[in-house]
Amino acid sequence: MSTTALPSTPPVGPAATEVILRAENIHKRFGAVVALRGVDLELHRGEVLGLVGDNGAGKSTLVKILCGFLRPDAGRIFVEGREVSFHSVKDARAHGIETVYQDLALVPQLTVYENLFLNREITWLGRLGFLARRHMRALARQYLEDIKVNVPDLEAEVEMLSGGQRQAIAVARATRLNAKILLLDEPLAAMGAKESALIMELVRDLSARGVSMIVIDHNYAHLFALCDRLNVIQQGKVTVDTKVADTSVEELTELMVSAFRRQLQAGQEALGEISVDGS
Amino acid sequence: MAQAAVSTSDRLPSPPASPLAARRGASPLSLLKLAVQRREATVIIVTIGAVIYFSLRASSFYSVANVIVMVQYIAPIMVIGAGEVLMLVLAEIDLSAGQVYLTSPWFTYWFWSAGVPLGLAIAIALVLSSAIGLINGLFTVRLGVPSLIVTLGTLYAFFGLVLVKSNYTQEQTPGTTGNFGKIFGIGSWSTILWGLLLTAVIWVLLKRTRFGLHTTASGGNPLAAAEAGIPVARVKVWCFIIIAFAAGFMGILDAIRIGSMNPGNSGLDIVLSPIVAAVIGGTALTGGRATVLGTVIGAIFLGILEDGLNIIGVQASWFYFFEGVIILIAMAANVQLGQLAAKLRR
Ligand SMILES: Nc1ncnc2c1ncn2[C@@H]1O[C@H](COP(=O)(O)OP(=O)(O)OP(=O)(O)O)[C@@H](O)[C@H]1O
Ligand SMILES: [Mg+2]
Repeated sequence: MSTTALPSTPPVGPAATEVILRAENIHKRFGAVVALRGVDLELHRGEVLGLVGDNGAGKSTLVKILCGFLRPDAGRIFVEGREVSFHSVKDARAHGIETVYQDLALVPQLTVYENLFLNREITWLGRLGFLARRHMRALARQYLEDIKVNVPDLEAEVEMLSGGQRQAIAVARATRLNAKILLLDEPLAAMGAKESALIMELVRDLSARGVSMIVIDHNYAHLFALCDRLNVIQQGKVTVDTKVADTSVEELTELMVSAFRRQLQAGQEALGEISVDGS
Repeated sequence: MAQAAVSTSDRLPSPPASPLAARRGASPLSLLKLAVQRREATVIIVTIGAVIYFSLRASSFYSVANVIVMVQYIAPIMVIGAGEVLMLVLAEIDLSAGQVYLTSPWFTYWFWSAGVPLGLAIAIALVLSSAIGLINGLFTVRLGVPSLIVTLGTLYAFFGLVLVKSNYTQEQTPGTTGNFGKIFGIGSWSTILWGLLLTAVIWVLLKRTRFGLHTTASGGNPLAAAEAGIPVARVKVWCFIIIAFAAGFMGILDAIRIGSMNPGNSGLDIVLSPIVAAVIGGTALTGGRATVLGTVIGAIFLGILEDGLNIIGVQASWFYFFEGVIILIAMAANVQLGQLAAKLRR
């Protein structure tokens, strides 16, 4: 409703029309802080959807709800058209949703491969079982080689890695098991140019293989290079929904500023009402 | 040499030299690194020093009889210390484990004297001991009370309960006869063998199983563990149960070994020594880093110190003084060596 739908060309090809993940009217508050106030969002199959918004706009909160880590106060989530209710990260994973958290969710005291397999360990004898370390190491080495991620040593504690290397591990963990839907919360934040290029290539590669993705990034250059569509989140709401092809960095900036002005105005009006009420 | 190599490779775009790669080199510096990076280094050095000192001062130090006395002292400290490793790796602590150790033979006794067969009474006592762990765990994870305070509470509660219910009188431990008694405490090597078994189980659990990895993750970075879908609260509660069970089990063995139970017998020894063993062994209080082996050596050290001072004729209470001094020295060394290790890594 307050979403400014830009004049958009009809979706290209049948794949683009199928909605794989849909969030409807998502609300979330933390005590007095309202993080999300009615987010509507659609992710199409095979699409890369970029989320932009100021610090504290609610992007990470939305991602954490979509991946089952947080429960929304209200709202519904649909995966491939069917309504789902995630009680844990595991539930979301069962639907093929994998996440790279903004904080990376790595345990510094564990090794590279232990982090790569965290809560996905390969064991003998099932749930409480013994760790098949050699097997995990071999798989980890193979996978990191495949995606050309360069870490010094699988046995190194993550604490000893650089920020970019950690980020690469976090991304690798989410992409290792064929996810259907990837949620990437600022996956390029700590990365140098070379590593960013590497991860962007990985994202494109996954996208080409049909993985649907939501990518959060503050860098428009990254987003315009990676995404098919962009959603702007402002103060807990999606305010702009546009195809990348239909917009430009300038236009998007303008849209965000004007939306900000509108909200500022609305805020002032609200304040005015209060002062009127108060007098 | 090696230092120079490390710093150049840091400047190169290629991945920095790993500590493992450094370990493979045999230069004196990398040997120093190895010594510094092993968290057990301090306690091993201190223990070797103590062994040398006491064996020079007293010829009876190595006698079988004396070794038996020592290992009987060491056994419960080692087991509860291993349990404390689970706690410390979670960045928690259990002050009540020593009291569970003292309480579980009383549980046994009360049920047994009410007519319950001994085996069943022991089983009930172990369940109740575990239940104390469950209470500790639930208060910590559900109500958000720091475990230091929760377990201080259960420590006092059960200390008081035992005093009142026992009428302040010492009792004979049931089950001290026959093969049963021999296996469960009276045999000279019984408690240490059980102790080694339980400690090994805890070690395997922590280092070799999925549960152990989740424990380390839950302590090292609780948010990351939760985001990875690990049920952090449940993992913690289980660890509280495990340490309480182990403490309760060792308590029953020792009560059988000694033959009597003293309700007021809540010295500093069993309440705090296991934690001392764990921390001088090199386990960090901040979570995520643990060494069961270091704790075992820490317990051995405490046993040697206690026994050694005894046989060279030093007044018993000096033990506490030296224990205190060693805590200060070992912890200072651990912290300093840790910082040195971090520097060498870079
Ligand atoms: N666990 C929490 N407890 C309390 N408040 C929270 C919590 N998580 C998020 N918030 C609040 O919710 C709002 C949205 O936070 P969120 O992390 O989703 O923003 P973001 O858009 O990801 O910002 P950034 O670009 O800085 O990552 C902020 O005001 C934040 O302070
Ligand atoms: Mg964020």
